[in-house]
Amino acid sequence: MITKIAKFLLWLAFALVLVGAFFWAPLKEGLGPYTRVLYFHVPVAWMSVVFFLIAAYYSVMYLRKKEIIYDAYAKISNEMGILFAILATVTGSIWAKMIWHSFWNWDPRETSIFILLLIYGAYFSLRAALEQEDRRARLAAVYSLLAFVTVPFFIFIVPRIYFSLHPDPVINAQGKVNMEARQRIVFFSSLITQTIFFLWVFSIRLKQARVKYRLRELNESKLFEE
Amino acid sequence: MREAWLIFVKDIRQEFKTRYAVNAILLFAIVTLSAVSFAIGTFSAGLEILAALFWIILFFSSMSGLSHIFIREEEAQTADTLKLVARPLHIYLGKFLFNLLLLFVLEIILIPLFMGLMNFAVANLWLFILIVGIGSFGLAGGGTIVAAIISKASTKGALFTVLAFPILLPVLITGISATKTVTQAAAIAEVQGELQALFAYGVVIITAGILLFDYVWNE
Repeated sequence: MITKIAKFLLWLAFALVLVGAFFWAPLKEGLGPYTRVLYFHVPVAWMSVVFFLIAAYYSVMYLRKKEIIYDAYAKISNEMGILFAILATVTGSIWAKMIWHSFWNWDPRETSIFILLLIYGAYFSLRAALEQEDRRARLAAVYSLLAFVTVPFFIFIVPRIYFSLHPDPVINAQGKVNMEARQRIVFFSSLITQTIFFLWVFSIRLKQARVKYRLRELNESKLFEE
Repeated sequence: MREAWLIFVKDIRQEFKTRYAVNAILLFAIVTLSAVSFAIGTFSAGLEILAALFWIILFFSSMSGLSHIFIREEEAQTADTLKLVARPLHIYLGKFLFNLLLLFVLEIILIPLFMGLMNFAVANLWLFILIVGIGSFGLAGGGTIVAAIISKASTKGALFTVLAFPILLPVLITGISATKTVTQAAAIAEVQGELQALFAYGVVIITAGILLFDYVWNE
């Protein structure tokens, strides 16, 4: 019963966010209709980072417990992560073209999402190249953690390099700067709603993985019984 | 530690016999350098671009040579014996030292060639060498652990570059930035931040490599 109510509220929240984004929140001058990208671009980029962190967690769990289900979880997290990273890159790029008239500028945010895409891409290439299940799980987990270790460097290095290359301050004014009250409401509710929604989708996929592996376990044990 | 040294010496001896990795890495560097120099021709490229080109050549040459150390073990089927003989920590350190030496050999040859061929002048040569040297620790450290990972995979060559690139990107970015600064400024204070970043990265990636190598190596 509670889950039904929760699902309904989530649905309602999402509907309200969409209505708010397209009809209720005022448009920023100069940006015009492109203001709306903000309500979807930032949550999506945020989700890709969240899934990256979740994947690192499940990688650690796999290496510690060696239960294949953790590898399945890590793979699912990375799949969702790369999906959101691609969405973030595309929406951000379109927005950049509209605002700054250039699809790609190598500003810190763009560079970070690009690096995240590279890491995800490398992770899936590695998984594709390994056939044995336990080897694949192990090495993919190791790579996930290796990538996780290098990420803090990007957070510190990239802004420095940016300032030394480009003199004019472009970006970053977006999230912080003057959003009117309505825009702020829609923005934060969009962020929260999308986070909850996509984490819920993620938990369903995890459940799916659990069922699949349980079925496999049962099938294999039946084999031995005969 | 003695075992690490022994593994390192064994790899050097083996390398002397076949000279496979050294050839691969040097030839790649020379070919790339020649191609770049030829393409630029009589025009003189700006010092900043040359700084970036240097690191690109260094980076991709190391991509072609650093994975050799583990692939050779797999192909010669000596990997299992190695597992029995030494502990993972020593194996990682021995291989890391070998890769580091490989990179130093490459740099000793590449730096004079690059500076001569491309008219690349730096304000402080020793500072430039220091930057490249510290960066090499990061490159060798990251390269060794990634080489261990892909040695177990089926498509080894291209996969190494794909996997190593995101991991080694901090070295590339910081190295290029530091080299650009060093073309103009001779004081160490200017590149202090970048040197610290390179050093920190080296420490972090070698530590991560040591911690994770166990999981890669033992099935």
